Amino acid sequence: MKHLCRYCIATLFAVWLGNAHALDATALQNLATGDNDARITAIEALAAAGDVAALPVLRALQDGALQATPAGRLLIVTETGVTDAVTNQPLASAPADAARITINNRVRRALDAALAAFKLFSPDSAKRLEAAQQLGEGDPVLLPLVQKALTDEKDSAVRAALELAQSGMALQSDDPQQRLAAVQTLGNSAQEATKTRLLVLLEKDGAGQFAEPDAKVRVAAKKAIAAIEQRLKTAEYAGHVFTGISLGSILLLAALGLAIVYGLMGVINMAHGELLMIGAYATYVVQNLFKTHLPQYLDFYLVAAVPVAFGVAALVGMALERGVIRHLYGRPLETLLATWGISLILIQFMRTVFGAQNVEVANPSWMTGGVTVLGSLVLPYNRIVIIVFAMLVLCLVWLALTRTRLGLHVRAVTQNRSMADCMGVPTGRTDMLAFGLGAGVAGLGGCALSQIGNVGPELGQGYIVDSFMVVVLGGVGQIAGTVYAALGLGVLNKFLEPYWGAVLAKIMLLVFIILFIQKRPQGLFAVKGRTVEG
Amino acid sequence: MIIERLPQLYGTKGWLVIAAFLALVCVLMPALYLAVPEDSPFHVPAWLITLLGKIMCYALVALAMDLVWGYAGILSLGHGLFFSLGGYALGMYLMRMIGREGESGSDLPDFMVFLDWKELPWYWAGTDQFWYCALLIVLAPGLLALVFGYFAFRSRIKGVYFSIITQALTFAAMLLFFRNDTGFGGNNGFTDFKRILGFSLADPATKTALFIASGVTLILALLLCRYIVTSKLGRVLTAIRDAESRVRFCGYNPVPYKLFAWTLSAMLCGIAGALYVPQVGIINPSEMSPANSIEIAIWTAVGGRGTLVGPILGAALVNGAKSWFTVALPEYWLYFLGLLFVLVTLFLPQGVMGLAQRMRSKRNT
Repeated sequence: MKHLCRYCIATLFAVWLGNAHALDATALQNLATGDNDARITAIEALAAAGDVAALPVLRALQDGALQATPAGRLLIVTETGVTDAVTNQPLASAPADAARITINNRVRRALDAALAAFKLFSPDSAKRLEAAQQLGEGDPVLLPLVQKALTDEKDSAVRAALELAQSGMALQSDDPQQRLAAVQTLGNSAQEATKTRLLVLLEKDGAGQFAEPDAKVRVAAKKAIAAIEQRLKTAEYAGHVFTGISLGSILLLAALGLAIVYGLMGVINMAHGELLMIGAYATYVVQNLFKTHLPQYLDFYLVAAVPVAFGVAALVGMALERGVIRHLYGRPLETLLATWGISLILIQFMRTVFGAQNVEVANPSWMTGGVTVLGSLVLPYNRIVIIVFAMLVLCLVWLALTRTRLGLHVRAVTQNRSMADCMGVPTGRTDMLAFGLGAGVAGLGGCALSQIGNVGPELGQGYIVDSFMVVVLGGVGQIAGTVYAALGLGVLNKFLEPYWGAVLAKIMLLVFIILFIQKRPQGLFAVKGRTVEG
Repeated sequence: MIIERLPQLYGTKGWLVIAAFLALVCVLMPALYLAVPEDSPFHVPAWLITLLGKIMCYALVALAMDLVWGYAGILSLGHGLFFSLGGYALGMYLMRMIGREGESGSDLPDFMVFLDWKELPWYWAGTDQFWYCALLIVLAPGLLALVFGYFAFRSRIKGVYFSIITQALTFAAMLLFFRNDTGFGGNNGFTDFKRILGFSLADPATKTALFIASGVTLILALLLCRYIVTSKLGRVLTAIRDAESRVRFCGYNPVPYKLFAWTLSAMLCGIAGALYVPQVGIINPSEMSPANSIEIAIWTAVGGRGTLVGPILGAALVNGAKSWFTVALPEYWLYFLGLLFVLVTLFLPQGVMGLAQRMRSKRNT
């Protein structure tokens, strides 16, 4: 589709270039010999005609390379040579009486608008979109040009921008009917700029006169503003929900492993954040390996990084369980301190190996950019990918816990360790593997984090308090609690942020959690049982 | 009754050690610092006085930590918050005492002038009075601990759950104090103090006085804690630590006992913070970072939990090592600290005190 569109534009371009000599002669004459007002009219006329042949002339005028003879002949004088602006023929030298056309700021403004209008025919859709947005407040004389562009435009985003620009120009028309139609079209927009534009109509000048004389148009404008505000609000809410879910999925990846381990062994792994960091650094290493060895497949390094991040983090986690945590069973507070010590060692180790500075992990090209919805809301691809990825990981963990033998063992040990032991569940092995699973999920979280944030030795520290809060809120033993808590906290955080600022929002959430566990000390979802500890 | 029990708190050997410590802190060190000329090999330099004073403040915090962790089984990861609150409370007084000698030459503290504030916020009222700030030093951390502890203990939050919630608490407070609008100097905190109670902080005599005050407070706090843990209340606390449910079934309500130890511990931390700030000359929100609070736990663990004297020793050992490492091998300090956490929990669950005891009993058999 895009290619077809580009092809059409290119063809049109070629056709116009063919008629290079059909420029408006009076306009050119005015440009050469007229005063500034005449020049502005001439520029607008050239732009309105929409003839690409005028482009080099206008460019030359902007660069100060356009010269004119008193007879009205226009020449483009550059360092490479002299050409006749009308016939486009190269000349040996400029005529002796040619002088540079100097322009003032008013002319320059008109020139800028005209040049922007010409961009409407650029083969690059991003440039066209930019031009169309620039023209939103443009001079109505460029209207024919916009209409012309509209007839050929296929890209929906550019079309929408063009329609807005068209209505914006029609707003300055003398015909109340046309203005009414324009206001109604503008009402379909979802942009802040359009709203301010309509608000101008309702303003009164010093004499108490409305900027818009027609009462009908004013009523329509009020309605349109209300509609736009409604749409802006919807987009804002949708934006909060989206960023909240995106934050929530990161929290989910960070907290899932923590919750499994806490439910299983009753220990809090303070080094969990560092497992995130290890996952992120694993991604970095894989990216660099691709850069040096497989540069042609660089876009797909993430596919390789995901299992590597899982594997490395899981191995570190299992080593941690075997080496330290296993020897501290029954002493959860000391486990907490020991794992904190390990996190310090891991952080310093990463500093020694990779340096204290952040390392650069780039998004693959297919994850850059975003999709625009509801007019003004941009959803970045990398965040969408992370949400999908988190859901996938969640499904896999759920399957692992409910459909595999290991999952059965994990659930049994979580419910009653000694009874499970009596029934022949290898609790030691289950602990190690479950710890590895939790650590691996954290590694995946780190891989995801590397795509949206900085990767540095302190990466994990920033997430540790948040992911603990998810575990506290969600309760242990059931994945559902963690999911609801992570997404709930994420969305709530993003909704509170605009009203109280990021810091106060976070504090409010912590206070909320402390109050919440008054009501439900075991979290949102507690496994019902008859055991009592101590 | 208190007078009666006082001599029984420690044996003859214990009292002798305490007396020796007091003599060292109150007489010997000040004499070596103030009276001995600087070129003498016996002269104690000013930095050493400041460092030791600082370590004694840390030791006080470790002692407070031992009261809740060693005797009530509550591992707090938020004691840095109470410490900082005490520090900030005295810091407010010290800021007011700068007067017009600050960079801005205004009656307001410098940071408020830079924020373009015209008058003091309401919660700064009265902070130019020392007695009021002295009250704040114990009341601010005490009240916070009381309210927080009441809600936490009432809903029977304990173990690691309680620990990570205290961590969240200090984290939240750190974020709050980092804000400029909170009115406590943002991330720069309070600094550039000039005088306390009319005495210049740069004066060696003032430094010595603060040093002695830290040492005496430490000993008084030790005796107070010893008094509590050897009382009936202390027995109940230990019982709660070992089997909370059983204590409840015996008809005790653990909440007031835990709440008492917890609040007292927070107040001691506040006093430690207030002694720390004039000696170090700065207080800022990074003191509230979760990492700092966890470090307090390792001082206590290294010394030996449930011994009161151990944590004091632990704070001195760890901080002494820290001062040496950060000068000699700065890159290796975190490795050392991390290993300390792991090795102490794995191999020295009773800390240095436990080790000493084990060696003593081995020699006797």
